[in-house]
Amino acid sequence: MTLQTTFQRPESMRDTVTHYCPGCTHGVIHRLVAEVLDELGVRETTVGIGPVGCSVLIYNYFNCDFQEAAHGRAPAVATGVKRVRPDLTVFTYQGDGDLASIGMGEILHAANRGEKITTIFVNNAIYGMTGGQMAPTTLPDQVTSTSPLGRDVGQVGWPVRMAEVIAQLRTPAFVTRVSSHTPLHAVKAKAAIKRAFTLQQQKRCYSFVEVLSTCPTNWGKTPVEATKWLEQSMIPYYPLGVKKDVG
Amino acid sequence: MAKMLMKGAEAIGEAGVRAGAQAYFAYPITPQTEVAEYLARRMPEAGGVFLQAESEVAASQMIFGAAAAGARVFTSSSSPGVSLMAEAISYLAGAQLPAVLINIMRGGPGLGGILPSQADYFQATKGGGHGDYHCLVLAPSTIQETVDLTFEAFRLADKYRNPVMLVGDGMIGQMMEPVDFEGREAPPRGDVSTWATNGCKGRDPHIVRSLFLDPLRLEANNHELQAKYDQMKREEVRFETYQVDDEPEVLMVAYGTTARIACTVVDDLRAAGRKVGLFRPITLYPFPEAELRALAQKPGVKQVLVVEMSMGQLIEDVERVTRAAKPISFFGRCGGIVPSPEEVLDAASKLFA
Repeated sequence: MTLQTTFQRPESMRDTVTHYCPGCTHGVIHRLVAEVLDELGVRETTVGIGPVGCSVLIYNYFNCDFQEAAHGRAPAVATGVKRVRPDLTVFTYQGDGDLASIGMGEILHAANRGEKITTIFVNNAIYGMTGGQMAPTTLPDQVTSTSPLGRDVGQVGWPVRMAEVIAQLRTPAFVTRVSSHTPLHAVKAKAAIKRAFTLQQQKRCYSFVEVLSTCPTNWGKTPVEATKWLEQSMIPYYPLGVKKDVG
Repeated sequence: MAKMLMKGAEAIGEAGVRAGAQAYFAYPITPQTEVAEYLARRMPEAGGVFLQAESEVAASQMIFGAAAAGARVFTSSSSPGVSLMAEAISYLAGAQLPAVLINIMRGGPGLGGILPSQADYFQATKGGGHGDYHCLVLAPSTIQETVDLTFEAFRLADKYRNPVMLVGDGMIGQMMEPVDFEGREAPPRGDVSTWATNGCKGRDPHIVRSLFLDPLRLEANNHELQAKYDQMKREEVRFETYQVDDEPEVLMVAYGTTARIACTVVDDLRAAGRKVGLFRPITLYPFPEAELRALAQKPGVKQVLVVEMSMGQLIEDVERVTRAAKPISFFGRCGGIVPSPEEVLDAASKLFA
């Protein structure tokens, strides 16, 4: 009998040990991006821009050139790369504290200028790396270490729906929200990521993929409970689907 | 080519283009917005990138990205804008990226004013951002010297893979003087092939970062940086002296526009038979420590007078390096007021007992 390899590590990923917590879906999302880079054959002409947050060490997992940006500044850094090297594929990978809080200015302006880059926005409704603080995406009444009685929308406002915010801008080409918490959702997420990178290859302007993600550690849940919470609490507030596609 | 009459800010823009800058990212702020206005037309003509950013924070991070992709890049701003760039400057230094930043200083603190100042000396030379780092800091006193040092700034940024800051004051940004670009060529690029993130075809991936979670690795990075600063101290110190050969009784120390005023005062006092001279640092970092100390220690030198457009910042370096060899006095105007030769002359005259 001949053994055939049917599943292996994408070339765009390194063979290394993960630092992500059990049940976190960053690893899944990394892999989906890496598979897309492989399938489009752009690994050797790609520059990724990392965030500050749980995925700050993203460059340890990707087998392509990477820059580590200051907190929230990845879209400005990516702008610098793409403007001087329009031939390269450039993407930012950012969490919700990085992108929707400290980096709100940079993301909106990069999107509105129509930078020919792709953003992978990982939304897990909490600050992970610093240990579970409230994010702009934290759900109403969600308990975090800095909203110990639950998010009070009367005091701190409602969670930001970033995909909808970006989709309001006239310039961006493709804005969508997907999830990563089940295999079926991961398959759909990959299709969205592939469309975003394909548009960039076609020199179409800005593409944005929001990916809902789990954080069992800081949500205080088991991985299985976290998956359920994402399904039952996050998706109703953050509806999945394409928000804008200029076709 | 004949000399051209140019405003300082426009001369900086032209010098950047001729020095081979591939991109300029900036945000408008008085008194140097003319750099951006000039480059909005000129950069595309020269095949380069001009982009108006949404803030100085973003402009300086665009510089980071473009520099890390291997491009020769620069930005310009004025004091409040440079405060916003402090984050990126620290990251540029930590990640060892070459970039040129120009600060046409205006009065502060806070929003301050829009007139000339030298009150960002500490910010430029002692850090401004977080962590153990230094920019190499150049301080021209004429528009021609501003042009020449802009070319040098790009060469030095590449040589050290370190941010280089050129500081002028509002006078340098706004004044018009004849400038000559003849014989001034773009310095050759440093080798970016070993570190730039521009696609990993045919090599292992490059990572540009300033994050080192292992404390020993981070300490090693700090030592690498310090070795560069030590090399700058050995190889890049620049200064100028005027009328110091006879060990002037009063030695003035000033830089930039203030040094030009001090030159006038030296001439006036010399005409009146007073022995006075000037020491002008051109590199504010590395500071010309040994040279100033040696001069201040000459037996004929009795007094040192530091003149600044600030409440007294350069004077701290003068005190540090002369080790109290001689009494040090200070004359400064601030808030955007340029000291008049008469008031500086008064301050110097009082030191001749």
